[in-house]
Amino acid sequence: MEFLKSLVELTLFDYLRQVWGNAAWVEVVLDIIGVVVVSTFCLLVVVFLIWLERKVIARIQDRIGPNRVGGKYGLLQTVADVLKLLSKESFTPADADKPAYNAAPFLIVISALLMWAVLPFAPGVVGVDLNIGLFYILSVSSISVVSLLLAGWGSNNKYALLGAFRSVAQLVSYEVPMILSLVVPILLARSMSTQDIIGAQLVAPFMFVVPLSAIIFFISSLAETGRTPFDLLEAESEIVAGFHTEYSGMKFGMFFLAEFMSTLFMSGLFAVVYWGGWSLPILNMILSLFGVTPIDLSVIAFGRLIGLVVFFVKMFAVYFVYIWIRGTLPRVRVDQLLNFNWKFLVPLTLVLVLVVAVVDKLIPAEMGVLGRAAIHLMTNLLIGFGTIEVLRQSARRKRLLVEEVETAVSHHDDHGHGDHGHDDHGDHAMHGADVVAAH
Amino acid sequence: MLSDWQFIAIFVVLAPIFPAAPVILNYVLGPKKPNPIKQETYECGIETIGSSWIQFKVQYYIYALVFVVFDIEAVFLFPIAAAYGQLGLFAVMETVLFIFLLAVGLLYAWGRGVLEWV
Repeated sequence: MEFLKSLVELTLFDYLRQVWGNAAWVEVVLDIIGVVVVSTFCLLVVVFLIWLERKVIARIQDRIGPNRVGGKYGLLQTVADVLKLLSKESFTPADADKPAYNAAPFLIVISALLMWAVLPFAPGVVGVDLNIGLFYILSVSSISVVSLLLAGWGSNNKYALLGAFRSVAQLVSYEVPMILSLVVPILLARSMSTQDIIGAQLVAPFMFVVPLSAIIFFISSLAETGRTPFDLLEAESEIVAGFHTEYSGMKFGMFFLAEFMSTLFMSGLFAVVYWGGWSLPILNMILSLFGVTPIDLSVIAFGRLIGLVVFFVKMFAVYFVYIWIRGTLPRVRVDQLLNFNWKFLVPLTLVLVLVVAVVDKLIPAEMGVLGRAAIHLMTNLLIGFGTIEVLRQSARRKRLLVEEVETAVSHHDDHGHGDHGHDDHGDHAMHGADVVAAH
Repeated sequence: MLSDWQFIAIFVVLAPIFPAAPVILNYVLGPKKPNPIKQETYECGIETIGSSWIQFKVQYYIYALVFVVFDIEAVFLFPIAAAYGQLGLFAVMETVLFIFLLAVGLLYAWGRGVLEWV
């Protein structure tokens, strides 16, 4: 609606409104232009993202990465890959359930695209500022689960089916801590609108107010987008490629596209909800040190341009961390994955929501924004360090228990107990999590 | 209010075009030489035995069931959080009780061994 509204003061949209008048059809045409701009941006940025990911992963693994196509840095590598995908045969396996098989790639891209409608790029530069923004994002993003199940079930392939069931168990499970951790910023901002949440962070980004909520959100967003260490849905070494084993050509490309789009979206959402989006509190702090009154980026000329740059820097910084994690961590097992979620993250998030809700009511109204932020930060750190301490205690108990068992057991029946011992070694964090939640 | 949703409605209508364009382009540009062996189900070179559409491990569905409980919780918690500034003490206690009940539900499922991966 207000898309691209003034990168400087008078925008293309204002100009078009002036030229065309205020008829109802003008708004519709402007909306259509907005949709096309948002979607085109999403589709085109993926070309860059894939190149970036390959390049960064290569550097982490001490390789060079793409370096032939398109000059020195292999910038056109992804373009070449897209052209290659376009020229491949696109067929449907004879045994597949054709409607489900063919609908899945469309549905997953649609759900990944629709999320972008409420993501604010800069002051006023947002598809539409819904008053239930975050709720809308969560509801649209859960459509992707349906499409993964359609793809896996429709392929009539055992690996695809395994991938689909894993994806349902994983995505559905990790949606719970994600939803619950998002309750915290909504509670602090008193609004579900993405713009209002940024507005509530003009003094202190929520990352420094409720870091625990931010960390939980980040972990569950890794799982929601199916990225390492939670990439069980398409674990190449176990189930070929999971739910998209049977796909070829551009239909396969659509799954790839949706994955990258939703990953970038999640980093954008993380930047908006926990890092203040286009706002730049540090700028205000520096200015107030010199006695200048704090400025709001949304009111100054060129503020939109600054905001756009600030938001993109934040978004890609978060995205870089995603890639970094992919280059660093190995994949977890499915039981570890689910236990970590249900026996650690969910109880912890429930406690966090409860504590933040109660503490927020207990803080006297005259405390001011910074005072509130400081108290929330203190309680968050308390919960965080308390959790770590409990984890450490229980891990130590487990370790002692294992050592006792190992010294008591002689070598000849090593095999029977060896399994047990190994399990405990591998699962310290998981068992620790059990104990925390049991408390 | 309603005009906000006009954008979403237009987005929903136009969104299928963006995945459809490359797929159709691929269909036009790509070769079309189907043969029975190519269209077999791909399971690492071994011939497929039986259908994949079978009864499957119940564990996955149980997680989905537990999820439904928490998803409904979100429907209630989000508006509560958004309107938290206007809530009185009674409403806050209600919220605490609500979260507490859910926690008990989770503990119940846990105690019944629903969350064990077997």
